[in-house]
Amino acid sequence: MSSDTITIKGIRQGLLVTLGQGDWSAELRALEVRLGASPSFFRGGRVALDVGSRELERSEIEEARALLARHQVELWAVTGTNPVTEASAQELGLVIEVGLPQPSVPEAASEGGETPFAEGLVVRRTLRSGQSLRHPGHVVVIGDVNPGAEVVAGGDIVVWGRVRGMVHAGALGDEKAVVCALDLAPTQLRIAGQIARSPEERRRKPVPEMAAVREGQIVAVPWHSGGG
Amino acid sequence: MAAKVLTVTSGKGGVGKTTLTANLGVALAMQGQRVVVIDADVGLRNLDVMLGLENRIVYDLVDVIEGRCRLRQALVRDKRLSELFLLPAAQTRDKSAVRPDDMVSVCESLREQHDFVLIDSPAGIEQGFRYAVAPADEILIVTNPEVAAVRDADRIIGLIEAEEQGPARLIINRIKPDMVRRGEMLDIADVVELLAIDLIGIVPEDQAILVSANRGQPLAFSSDSSSAGRAFHNIARRLLGEDVPFITLREPGVLEKLFRFVRSEGD
Repeated sequence: MSSDTITIKGIRQGLLVTLGQGDWSAELRALEVRLGASPSFFRGGRVALDVGSRELERSEIEEARALLARHQVELWAVTGTNPVTEASAQELGLVIEVGLPQPSVPEAASEGGETPFAEGLVVRRTLRSGQSLRHPGHVVVIGDVNPGAEVVAGGDIVVWGRVRGMVHAGALGDEKAVVCALDLAPTQLRIAGQIARSPEERRRKPVPEMAAVREGQIVAVPWHSGGG
Repeated sequence: MAAKVLTVTSGKGGVGKTTLTANLGVALAMQGQRVVVIDADVGLRNLDVMLGLENRIVYDLVDVIEGRCRLRQALVRDKRLSELFLLPAAQTRDKSAVRPDDMVSVCESLREQHDFVLIDSPAGIEQGFRYAVAPADEILIVTNPEVAAVRDADRIIGLIEAEEQGPARLIINRIKPDMVRRGEMLDIADVVELLAIDLIGIVPEDQAILVSANRGQPLAFSSDSSSAGRAFHNIARRLLGEDVPFITLREPGVLEKLFRFVRSEGD
């Protein structure tokens, strides 16, 4: 299996997927496995593919684009070092240069353990309606997550502010992921495959809360220092 | 002094952008400012009707952009105020006829001779919105105290922040004091808290607005007779840098909260 050679990173414009060195069709199969394993993390997202030095025809890139499209992921860029590949990508209207990615951390398969991402993402602004933040690691937002905005993270989500939009922690399948916020009143809160809504009635005075999966259900409890 | 370019926008349609642009234009001109209002809603022009200037239009914005006339020829002078001008939208074209650069250059040439350029943006977040905000020094976000309008205003503010434009200031339009009193309408303080931008005006719902729009006689002309008319004049004075207290809605709860919020923001 070559699936562990695929790495996924958060970049400014979405996700950067770096394929391994294997045969093209084998890498695509591995990619398909990854997409199928955590559909809610990828769905609706934009992906840039880093194909390294391999030489690709138009039809081969189209194959990758179709595969991503089947999982409702948009391919917007193909990056690499091969001029033939670059030309093919440009013919298809794809971007060939992406923003500088954050330092790469190989993403290991997680089976119930800690979320294996060393990298976290800190966003120091309020996410407004229509804005979406996707990151394979942990996410910290210093600001609010307004209604109509969404944060999808492979790891934990910590919001130093109000959460009124949609937050999805552990979106790559980690049920141990948590969501913490100073005021936790999301439209919807998801952890791994679990989905919860906020209670209908509005609380008078918000308190910091932490949401986690307990016995197959999402529960939010007031957060006290030292209590966890 | 070069003019200030203000774009009035909202995301959602029907919240009162055009009414607000017309009335702010009138109120500023009544304060002795040299004002141009631009109808950027190409294909769905309305501002001329609200100002009662429809029958004076010869050329429009697209004629200027495509070089069929000079800018000066397309400006329609108001029949009541000699320093208020309208640059009308084309009615027979659509929004693809205007690019952001076009609006920037039109506004650049208007800056020298005027004090304020007010742009009435189309609803939506597409091309029309893009070219309407392109030349703006400041953006006035109009919203109503209802969930959908506030959601769209938030989206618009996000787009403006992403483009590093602005600053954006907030006008909450069509407040119904009795509904606020009964708790059936969104609280002003909640709206301001969510959107987190400076509040520059609160305009109460006023049936006189509809009548005045149909007659082509903006309410701001008779500033003393209506609560909405007074609110428009207050916004104009705030735009001119005056410190005008917000109007009372005879609802102490809301206003206490609001003033508390405004004060804490101002500190």
